[in-house]
Amino acid sequence: MRPFRYHRPADVAEAVAVLGAEPQAAYLAGGTNLVDLMKLGVQRPDVLVDVNRLPLDTVQELPDGGLRIGATVRNSDLAAHPVVRRDYPVLARALLAAASGQLRNLATTGGNLLQRTRCVYFQDTGKACNKRDPGSGCAALHGQNRDLAVLDWSEQCVATHPSDLAVALAALDAVVEVHDTDGARDVPLAALHRSPGTQPERETTLARGALITAVRLPALPAARRSAYLKVRDRASFAFAAGSVAAVLDLDGEVVRDVRLAYGAVAHRPWRAYRAEEELRGRPFSPELAAAAADAELAEARPLRHNGFKLPLTRAITVRVLTELAARAAS
Amino acid sequence: MSAGAVGRAYPRLEGREKVTGTARYAVEYPVDGVTYGWAVPSAVVRGRITRVDPAQALASPGVLAVVHHGNAPRLAPGPEPDLWLLQEPTVHYRGQFIAVVVATSLEAAREGARLVRIDYDAGPHSTVLTDDHPGLYKPDHINPSYPTDTAEGDFDAGYAAAPVRVDVTYRTPAYHNNPMEPHATTAQWHDGRLLVHDSNQGASSVRATLAELFELPRESVRVVTQHVGGGFGSKGYAKAAVVLAALAARHVDRPVRLALTRQQLFGPIGYRTPTIQRVRLAADADGRLTAICHDAISQTSTMREFAEQTAVYTRSMYAAPHRRTTHRLVRLDVPTPFWMRAPGECPGAYALESAMDELAVAVGIDPVELRIRNDTEVDPDQGRPFTSRNLVACLREGAQRFGWADRDPAPRSRRDGHWLVGSGVAGSSYPARARPCSATATARPDGSFLVRINVTDIGTGARTAMWQVAADALGVPPERVAISIGDSDLPTAPVAGGSMGTASWSWAVIRACQALRGKLPEGGSPDRDVSAEADTSDEVGGQPTLPRYAYGAQFAEVRVDATTGEVRLNRMLGVFAAGQVVNPTTARSQLIGGMTMGLSMALHEEGVLDERYGDWVNHDLATYHITGCADVESIEAYWLDERDGELNPAGVKGIGEIGIVGAAAAIANAVHHATGVRIRDLPIRLDKLVGVSELA
Ligand SMILES: Cc1cc2nc3c(=O)[nH]c(=O)nc-3n(C[C@H](O)[C@H](O)[C@H](O)COP(=O)(O)OP(=O)(O)OC[C@H]3O[C@@H](n4cnc5c(N)ncnc54)[C@H](O)[C@@H]3O)c2cc1C
Ligand code: SF4
Repeated sequence: MRPFRYHRPADVAEAVAVLGAEPQAAYLAGGTNLVDLMKLGVQRPDVLVDVNRLPLDTVQELPDGGLRIGATVRNSDLAAHPVVRRDYPVLARALLAAASGQLRNLATTGGNLLQRTRCVYFQDTGKACNKRDPGSGCAALHGQNRDLAVLDWSEQCVATHPSDLAVALAALDAVVEVHDTDGARDVPLAALHRSPGTQPERETTLARGALITAVRLPALPAARRSAYLKVRDRASFAFAAGSVAAVLDLDGEVVRDVRLAYGAVAHRPWRAYRAEEELRGRPFSPELAAAAADAELAEARPLRHNGFKLPLTRAITVRVLTELAARAAS
Repeated sequence: MSAGAVGRAYPRLEGREKVTGTARYAVEYPVDGVTYGWAVPSAVVRGRITRVDPAQALASPGVLAVVHHGNAPRLAPGPEPDLWLLQEPTVHYRGQFIAVVVATSLEAAREGARLVRIDYDAGPHSTVLTDDHPGLYKPDHINPSYPTDTAEGDFDAGYAAAPVRVDVTYRTPAYHNNPMEPHATTAQWHDGRLLVHDSNQGASSVRATLAELFELPRESVRVVTQHVGGGFGSKGYAKAAVVLAALAARHVDRPVRLALTRQQLFGPIGYRTPTIQRVRLAADADGRLTAICHDAISQTSTMREFAEQTAVYTRSMYAAPHRRTTHRLVRLDVPTPFWMRAPGECPGAYALESAMDELAVAVGIDPVELRIRNDTEVDPDQGRPFTSRNLVACLREGAQRFGWADRDPAPRSRRDGHWLVGSGVAGSSYPARARPCSATATARPDGSFLVRINVTDIGTGARTAMWQVAADALGVPPERVAISIGDSDLPTAPVAGGSMGTASWSWAVIRACQALRGKLPEGGSPDRDVSAEADTSDEVGGQPTLPRYAYGAQFAEVRVDATTGEVRLNRMLGVFAAGQVVNPTTARSQLIGGMTMGLSMALHEEGVLDERYGDWVNHDLATYHITGCADVESIEAYWLDERDGELNPAGVKGIGEIGIVGAAAAIANAVHHATGVRIRDLPIRLDKLVGVSELA
């Protein structure tokens, strides 16, 4: 393991300043992803800036009915938060469907959003990977790509973003609060992660050294009827083979509003705008849900081993929306 | 067996130490001046090392040495080419250990390992097993010493003439043992003597191997193995970690700790070979088998031959007048496969017991009944009666406990919401063997006893079981008996493997205790320590060759999501006939552990090899999925009260492996019953079912 220095900043400004001054520094939150990758030699920071003592560990109810979640709030605590459970069940469900109890006790909101892909080639310094080592090639494109993208990939990278939390936040139109050397700003979650394009090593739109301080959820009364459905290869402790976050607002039979996001299909949490469009204003039916999923997936380009993601994503779209609609009716 | 400790449930003697974290494992012993070794794997599949440049590594803080073929202490070329480590520049497979970096901390050693520059001359390689591989050949024999092929009657004619036939091919991927504790060693040299604290399944055999490799008398090598965090066969012999640690410690002249990483367990320690198995069964209209053929293909390495005995299960399980089994191998540029829980029987039973299910469907009779109809009292292979064979009793009792009678045989006949529910059955069997062993027993004036034997307790409860056996053999309550195990200075004992540990060890323990009783004053304690020893070599060697087997019946109920293809286990139930059960607590844990591992094989595990790189890309537990607790909703194991006088003094058959045999087939058969879809390549995962038109 590369020797590194450890720094515990007094406040956000200092944290951002240290990252600004040290080209190879990294923030350390729960460390559940970063430390693993450091052991594997995939990430080799020379300074760790520990954000765990920064005052970013609270969940605040906002006057407009929304919620501000501090960047270091643990995944377990967030999932158990009564307001989250009541107003944003999709979020609680997504969190609880992720990783294991021990990991969730350490994992933070900010760290979860910025966790790296689980592409097996990325995690092995002995294999070609443009994301880890730009220009070295993408071993996954013609290699083992069962777990990787069907949408929006490039010849340079076919990785997926592994977070469940991010998929729920994408459906909820969350906003990420960021500090960098230019000060504080808001980034819509939908604009946080990038498509791989020709620069898969750049995963987010954040400036280098930017610190996530919080995630804001807008008030969304419809989200009380929301759900997260994750399908995985074993009953727990596995990343998604497919997942969908959904908020459904019905006016009688008619879809007044819907939010839909997919996990495990692309380099970023995939907000299914096209499917939402198909659904909005129409009387809900499972057939409509299937057609909406098909519309969203029309441009999918499955790889050699992951064609199953198309029928799977379609199936879970139908299932989750049908269940939400049934709940609305009862 | 007067005192009656055998057969009673006792918690593990070392249980408290384990759950409080005070039980010491191989790299947890405090050692003055200890250093840390990190194994460096080859980055090419096949070729030669042309240069090792340690300069950067040696300049890194804390690094003491880079040990490689150019400077390593010499080893005697032994019978295990895999262990002839750091002796030559040849690379046989990707991930082969070609250097060790030694440093003053684990982290420094790891960083040093990254900084070693190695240049290679790499050649082309072949790492994927196929049924038309040009390198397919017939080995001289298969493990451990079975004939490669067998034939009885005229299979082709028998098969052609039968009214019902099944001709199917099953594939299993590479499986990786993945014990909790990796292969790990602390090695120290003192005055030319080698002491290792090592994680293995048999300290006596590790000592023998080290003595041979380092050209030392056996007395100069001591292997201490107090606690082991599992092995599942992979620690059956000395493996790379112990050899590398000993080499490195000798090179730096300081104690060295070396533990493999999880990633390094995928290959160099061995794994279960992938298999391709064609099974042909023919039966009359009543389901009586007339012809059986099992052709198995597996792989070995270029270093040595490891011929998995995949089709051996089929030789003795069911009778038919026309029978044939064959084994073919391919030498690939891969690490040598090795034992993994029930080598041979496990993959072989998956294929045969699946094919039996297909036959049951083809004939139209119940799969439990099909197996009962094809039971045999005489071993079809040896032509002699089994010493005991309770397969049918296991099937009947299992069927009754499981509620099999209510089963509608039609596939897709049960639905529970979006789940399709189905159940399956499989037979199970495993040979009951024993090996020579030695032990001593000592009586002390205070009325206590000490039994000494180099048993290795790999987590199974062996220590506790031998303590129980000793108490009964001495005719005293177990509280008066102490047992000392896990040290090669103790009387030599065979490996904890092949389901023959308990049979072999208890034999020697009983004989030593009996000998001791003969030396003691009637009803009293001696006035000084009195000892007796036993060596069962002659007795075990002189035992008649008879077909001795344990049997079992595996039942499983699964549910399959009709739209997502997810497969989940509702419940699993096994009934076994394995002779005397020494300790019901630890026996149950072996049986349900084996069954769970079979579930893992059926639904989850798969070593995914990338031919371009020649290694398994999912080499960690986040990507190589093993069944988790949430996957095991209900699991039950029962056993019959079986007495077999032709076995060994304790009357045990061994239970470490039979739990996995047949388990994967029962689950695969249940998936077929639930869905009507037959998946013949494991694991049965949602990607093979979702979108399949028959499913919805
Ligand atoms: C075996 C395993 C299984 C898992 N399964 C799942 C799963 O099913 N679903 C799922 O969603 N996740 C899963 N995870 C991933 C887990 O959720 C993440 O590792 C975790 O959320 C990361 O959070 P952390 O706080 O530990 O981040 P860290 O590891 O500390 O950091 C991750 C990255 O984020 C950066 N970072 C952290 N905080 C900030 C901040 N405030 N501002 C800017 N940058 C920051 C770090 O520099 C680093 O690059 C699994 C992980 C493991 C090991
Ligand atoms: S998919 Fe992306 S992360 Fe994976 S190997 Fe290709 S470039 Fe690397």
